[in-house]
Amino acid sequence: MKIILSTVAVLALGTAAQAETLRLLTWGGYAPDDVIAKFEAETGHTVEVTKSNNEEMIAKLRATNGGGFDLAQPSQDRIAGPQAEFGIYKPLDMAKIDTALFIPSMLSATEGNTTVDGAVYAVPHIWGTSGLVVNTAMAGSVKDYTDLCNADVAGKVSYRLKRPTLIGFAYAMGLDPFAAYGDEAAYKDIIDQVEAKLVECKAGVKTYWDGGDELKNLMRSGEVVASMAWDTGGWQLNDDNKDITFVAPASGALGWIDTFALPARGRADEAAYAWINFVMQPEIAAMITASAGNFTASQGGDADVDEALKAKYQASFPQAAIDNIKWYPSVPAGLEALEGAALDRINAAK
Amino acid sequence: MTSTPDLEAREISKSFDDFKAVKDISFTVPQGTFFSILGPSGCGKTTLLRMIAGFQKPTSGDLLIKGRSVLDVPPNKRQVSMVFQHLALFPMMNIGANVGFSLRQRGVNKSDIKQQVEHVLERVGLGGVADRSVSSLSGGQKQRVAIARCMVLEPDVLLLDEPLGALDLKLREHMKIELKQLQAEFNTTFVYITHDQSEALVMSDQIAVMNHGVFEQVGTPKELYYAPQTAFVAGFVGEANKFVATVESIAGNAVTLRTQGGRSLQGVAAGAGLAKGTKAHVFVRPEAVRLSRSAPQSAGNGGEGIVQNVLFNGANSQVMLLDQLSGAEINVALPQTGEYRDLVKGGAVHFWWETEQTRVYARD
Amino acid sequence: MPVTDRSKLTFYLLLAPLLLWLVTLIILPHVGMFIVSLREKVGVREYETSFANYAVFFNEPLYWNTFARTAYMSIASTVLTLLIGFPISYYIAKLTRGRTKTTLFLMCLIPFWVSELVRTFGWMILLRETGVFSGVLQYVGLADAPVEMLYNDAAIMVGLVYTSMLFMVVPLVTTLDSLDDSLIEAGYDLGASGFAILREIVIPHAMPGIVSGCIVVFMLSLGNYLTPILLGGKDSLWFTGLIYSQFITRFNWELGSAFGFLLLGLSSLIVFVGLKLSRQSLGKTMAQT
Repeated sequence: MKIILSTVAVLALGTAAQAETLRLLTWGGYAPDDVIAKFEAETGHTVEVTKSNNEEMIAKLRATNGGGFDLAQPSQDRIAGPQAEFGIYKPLDMAKIDTALFIPSMLSATEGNTTVDGAVYAVPHIWGTSGLVVNTAMAGSVKDYTDLCNADVAGKVSYRLKRPTLIGFAYAMGLDPFAAYGDEAAYKDIIDQVEAKLVECKAGVKTYWDGGDELKNLMRSGEVVASMAWDTGGWQLNDDNKDITFVAPASGALGWIDTFALPARGRADEAAYAWINFVMQPEIAAMITASAGNFTASQGGDADVDEALKAKYQASFPQAAIDNIKWYPSVPAGLEALEGAALDRINAAK
Repeated sequence: MTSTPDLEAREISKSFDDFKAVKDISFTVPQGTFFSILGPSGCGKTTLLRMIAGFQKPTSGDLLIKGRSVLDVPPNKRQVSMVFQHLALFPMMNIGANVGFSLRQRGVNKSDIKQQVEHVLERVGLGGVADRSVSSLSGGQKQRVAIARCMVLEPDVLLLDEPLGALDLKLREHMKIELKQLQAEFNTTFVYITHDQSEALVMSDQIAVMNHGVFEQVGTPKELYYAPQTAFVAGFVGEANKFVATVESIAGNAVTLRTQGGRSLQGVAAGAGLAKGTKAHVFVRPEAVRLSRSAPQSAGNGGEGIVQNVLFNGANSQVMLLDQLSGAEINVALPQTGEYRDLVKGGAVHFWWETEQTRVYARD
Repeated sequence: MPVTDRSKLTFYLLLAPLLLWLVTLIILPHVGMFIVSLREKVGVREYETSFANYAVFFNEPLYWNTFARTAYMSIASTVLTLLIGFPISYYIAKLTRGRTKTTLFLMCLIPFWVSELVRTFGWMILLRETGVFSGVLQYVGLADAPVEMLYNDAAIMVGLVYTSMLFMVVPLVTTLDSLDDSLIEAGYDLGASGFAILREIVIPHAMPGIVSGCIVVFMLSLGNYLTPILLGGKDSLWFTGLIYSQFITRFNWELGSAFGFLLLGLSSLIVFVGLKLSRQSLGKTMAQT
């Protein structure tokens, strides 16, 4: 019933508006070919996909003052800051979004995090966590981020030299960085401690990984036995090697939500709204989960998901671990410069 | 004078794959001689010179300098120096550094080098140019610097690989004389290779005429010119009229022949292998042929010819005649007296030459 | 008059593409970058004109040291490339002819038919702990455990030398080709040893090629991004990496632009000093190669 209704709504939108080209700036796996083909067939719009990551999305949009793309998918914590700084997005017209398709709690949390000057800039799409990917046969001792510095895994661990590492280590060290977001001095103090810890750990690190494929390669070959990574990475590796899996760290996995946001100078807004409403339908959301490996904010979207993935999810996340997920709050402008300097110093340390 | 020769080759050969460039050549060059190796391109003379310099190893035979075998001595240790075809002056060094190059290699101290360089430059008439760059010199001056660069080491033998080839005619004529003078001045043994017979004739004490990897004849310029021992030498050294004829009778040295055109010739046998009925090459130098207005009465070879062409070239003028009897073409050097300046194309004139000037070689 | 008018027109027509290229693709972006580099961020969307971004470079030893390390490693890779490339070039230019020469030259070119990324991954496959070299060493018994050869300065150096080799070999082969063989023979003939000939004749002759090869290789190494990052791993610290992270991950275009200009200025300075030390001029070098 609902499906028929939304299909009718989409068709109505499609025929009312002219066919447009949707230039989508997104992550790998978020716009699988079968979903695009279905969307194009139903609406008449065409979709061009550019794969990217948070930093590059912002850099690309900043270079064009928010032009060149019609829909972007940054994480919800990386919207308010860059928007205040560079003005690269435009507010969403919530009337054009079928909010009934979203899980209400996630929708309202994202709205809250991405509201600037009273306007909402993003709605949630896909969520997931980052934590630890561990080869349990070879690195059973790794239960938390700081365990990556243990002597028994020295030379066989890896992590990214990016802000999630700083945050994760801070929690594992018993600090609360998110609580210090509003207090720059307190936050600097936390980052300084984390920096010292990461410099100390550097000798035992194999290398700082940069891309998901690089990490999977390192884990598969056994050169790395424990690493900080996204949950999907661990689950995919689990398909090849049953010893490797995602472990929610004792101090809590870090929760992220990737969103939909409209670039300031996007031209195909109608197509963008059509895409949002299209992919949030439960059966489409299940297709995307199959491709990306992560669950969506679609109400009922997990119903059609592959049982194997669900099983892996449940193994990694008992209820206590879910409750312990640290959701990224919006990053205040300016903190990233502080973190950047710390990361540079860690990179330079011997 | 039985002193050891500066350079001696004993049955020296060089083969490249299945091609034999130099075939069992033996020769000696006494101290202080200007020795030229004359031959057409491809005759093996460059290979021979490079073997003497040490850039190529003989396939067989021995090579001695001052009586000592140098087969195992690398070029940088041999007491020979070479002036290259394009001189090979080092463009990255000034003249003084070029000339002093070999002294520096021997570790002579700086002030001595400076002194010796200046001295040798003065001897070639280029004092005071040591600090200038090579490119500031004229072609002839470069030549002298190249020689000075070799002579500063006082080598036993100086090799010269057609060094005049790149110069224009006038300078070449001038350099011939200058090279001869320099050789006399340094009193060093020169081995000079060239394809230009005039260079060889003017400068050399001894000339070896080389063809197809062997020496056809070795001798003084005069011997080669007046008494060539082979048809090749007779044709290659100096100019000559050449006829093909059949031997009719032979008595000791005196040969009677008949050319294809039917003219009977009297000549002297200059090489072996002549017999009645065999084909022979007959050579007569243009300056041996005399002209006269009326039929000459003396013995020898002669007849009447029609002027085909007058090649006026001052003292070296020639006239081309067509033998009325045989239809053969004969080049005649015009006497320098101006007696025959009135000869024009189509005119008739008598020609005549001595039996002794008619050199006959077996045709091989 | 019409003739000169026409030749003037031809002149400007020929000049136009060059000017267009210089102005739109080189001068304008640099001017833009320079203006950005002079903006000091004082608050959210508030900027002032100052040299503060440049001051950051000189006041923060981290950045300064990174540049020094990058320059030092680039010079080392240039010297290494020259030392390896010179004998190769000499062999190609002087000791081979005809088809062999073309073949050898092509073999130097082949690695450049694939992208730098693929070439670098090739090295990663060879050098990594579970890679080919490590496996061979264990197989022949020279190592009893896997050997990690990636993620250190030596790996970066290998990658840089490999990537730059062609740019050293091409100018060297060209200049060595133009060296008359008789100059070398004349040197031998005058009593010089092989080393003396190399030092006094071959190297002075090849100097323009050496200098232009070195400049290109130095600039390529200094400006390389992928090789140090991928092969250097956690020890990759490279100045271009700093610029990249300022632009892309820190959103700090102002500092990134200032770094870009400092890289341009300081590398030009190093090249200038190098030319002075080798007593070569850029004009002479360009004219002869």
